[in-house]
Amino acid sequence: MRSSTRLLGLMIIALAIDSGSANAQIQLNGAGATFPYPMYSKWFSLYGKVDATSRFNYQSIGSGGGIKQISEQTVDFGASDGPMTDEQLAAAKGGPIMHVPTVMGAVVLTYNVEGVKTGLKLTPDVIADIFTGRIVKWNDGAIAKANPGVELPPRDIVVVHRSDGSGTSYIFTDYLSKVSANWRDKVGRGTAVSWPVGLGGKGNEGVTGLVKQTPFSIGYVELIYALSNDLPYASVKNKSGEFVKPSLESVTAAAAGVAADMPEDFRVSITDAPGPAAYPISGMTWLLVYEKQKDAEKGQKLVGFLNWMLGDGQKQASDLHYAPLPPAVATKALAALGKITTSDGKPLLAK
Amino acid sequence: MSEDATTGWVDVASLAPRRHNLGDALFRGITAGAACTLVAIVVAIFAVLAWECAGALRTFGWGFLTTTKWDPVFENFGALPFIYGTLVSSLLALLQAVPLGIGTALFLSEMAPRWLRTPVSFLVELLAAIPSVVYGLWGIFVLVPWVRGYVAPALADTLGFLPFFQGPNYGVGMLAASIILAVMIVPYITSVALEVFQTVPVAQREAALALGATRWEMIRLAVLPYGRAGVIGAIMLGLGRALGETMAVTMVIGNRPDISLSFFAPASTMASVIANEFSEASSDLYVQVLVEIALVLMVVTMIVNVLARVLVWRVTGTAAVGK
Repeated sequence: MRSSTRLLGLMIIALAIDSGSANAQIQLNGAGATFPYPMYSKWFSLYGKVDATSRFNYQSIGSGGGIKQISEQTVDFGASDGPMTDEQLAAAKGGPIMHVPTVMGAVVLTYNVEGVKTGLKLTPDVIADIFTGRIVKWNDGAIAKANPGVELPPRDIVVVHRSDGSGTSYIFTDYLSKVSANWRDKVGRGTAVSWPVGLGGKGNEGVTGLVKQTPFSIGYVELIYALSNDLPYASVKNKSGEFVKPSLESVTAAAAGVAADMPEDFRVSITDAPGPAAYPISGMTWLLVYEKQKDAEKGQKLVGFLNWMLGDGQKQASDLHYAPLPPAVATKALAALGKITTSDGKPLLAK
Repeated sequence: MSEDATTGWVDVASLAPRRHNLGDALFRGITAGAACTLVAIVVAIFAVLAWECAGALRTFGWGFLTTTKWDPVFENFGALPFIYGTLVSSLLALLQAVPLGIGTALFLSEMAPRWLRTPVSFLVELLAAIPSVVYGLWGIFVLVPWVRGYVAPALADTLGFLPFFQGPNYGVGMLAASIILAVMIVPYITSVALEVFQTVPVAQREAALALGATRWEMIRLAVLPYGRAGVIGAIMLGLGRALGETMAVTMVIGNRPDISLSFFAPASTMASVIANEFSEASSDLYVQVLVEIALVLMVVTMIVNVLARVLVWRVTGTAAVGK
């Protein structure tokens, strides 16, 4: 055998032996929602300093994908902007799945109307009518009534929505279904719906791009996109009758308003929340973990991360423009972590 | 050595050394295997698509191809708007790209100075190398405002009596999508047509000129007929790309599953709806429906290719493309 071939052979053998050696790091794989991806990335890198033995890998393939993968048990945890339905929970292969709330976001209505820079006020009826095509002009009486003193042009409204399925659409259509019986019956809620009117942009970026470029248009995007692109966004009238500007505080207030009635499994919708300071189009996002963890070591690392996330992790949220959970909800979630056990029932949360 | 007793001729095959037969057989086996693998892949794609969408096929049947409703919430699906969007955007793109492409190829092969041919054809081929997403971004930031501000109003003013150029104009829509597709398929048409025109024998051209033809008549009589099959092949190639193009189209077409006669209206194509909705498709039926659309897209592409082959056969008398 030639010396180069021998060397190659030895290298391959050496690699094969070495790859079996004990690697102190445990890798946890997750997949799911795109909306909280920046937050999760930051958390995973920060947590790597807290616990150097765990390493997280997250693929933002969409909430639907996250739900599918955790049901198939191809990942260790999933993530979704919309709660799993009862059918989806029943179909999960590894047993009951727990929804762990992580952060919240807001869906804001951004617009491009000449002469109206900031501070447009919209009521739930007006929003529903714009998106169903009942209100077609900017100077419609209903919009003018909510915005006294504002010069509204007599131009057609160009509606922009999402062309792709997304948690943002889910939150927005969930809100519209709650405030408009017409919307609930005709269109319904979902990550993708049959929009009565409007152009479709792909992703938050697509909608932002279309709104920015199309005069007299209105669309819905995540708060962070509106902030990063300096887009004007509207204040929305909430259930208590106040016009609330979307912000991290008003989103947290929305969750706080619902905290008292929050179900045990945290599958709650916080749109149209009660409370004077609550922003009505808010949404929560969850991590999906199995209550019975197959792999005890991985389960322990996972619970350790969730514990940190609900405590110190929440302090990082506002830097990235995500609303942290209100203390009541975080406490409840921390308590619920005790339910995560090994496959034979031993709780994984270190006391 | 087997020598024929009467003529003295030697059977050459028997002179071949025996030991080459194994290599030949192996080579034949490998190449046959490669060919079979490709065929198997195409068949497998069809089979897997059909298998995965069986539920949707059962639920909707043939009505799927004629329904226009697309409602994921109430699970009412119909593929007609997407079929319409794909076919119309590709056809419009061809209408723009074919004259442009063939014109460029003719200019480069017949009329441009020799030193211009290489750099210009290099630049045209560079267009083909640009990624689809980059085209999409260019479309959003450059093409769409241009269409909204200049092209659409101009068309509405001059050709507004036709139903194709009526209605509100948003910039995004069928027109913008067809323009971006045209830009994307021009390099395919140009480079293949240029090659084909360059293979026209000089003798043919000189014969036409000798008979008193002008330059244009020479092109019409000698160059174009000779290159007919090749040019049709080039157009087929471009059409194939246009039918399947996803990212660039989805960024400028407006993504509205509606059928409208107006080119200013937003539309949606089969490839773009799959790209948009597949990752978040929640229910099994929803996923199956999207797979069925993929199957329909493959069938439509196949039908278009078959029609193009028939056209080539009619025009040239052979079924081979590019001869």
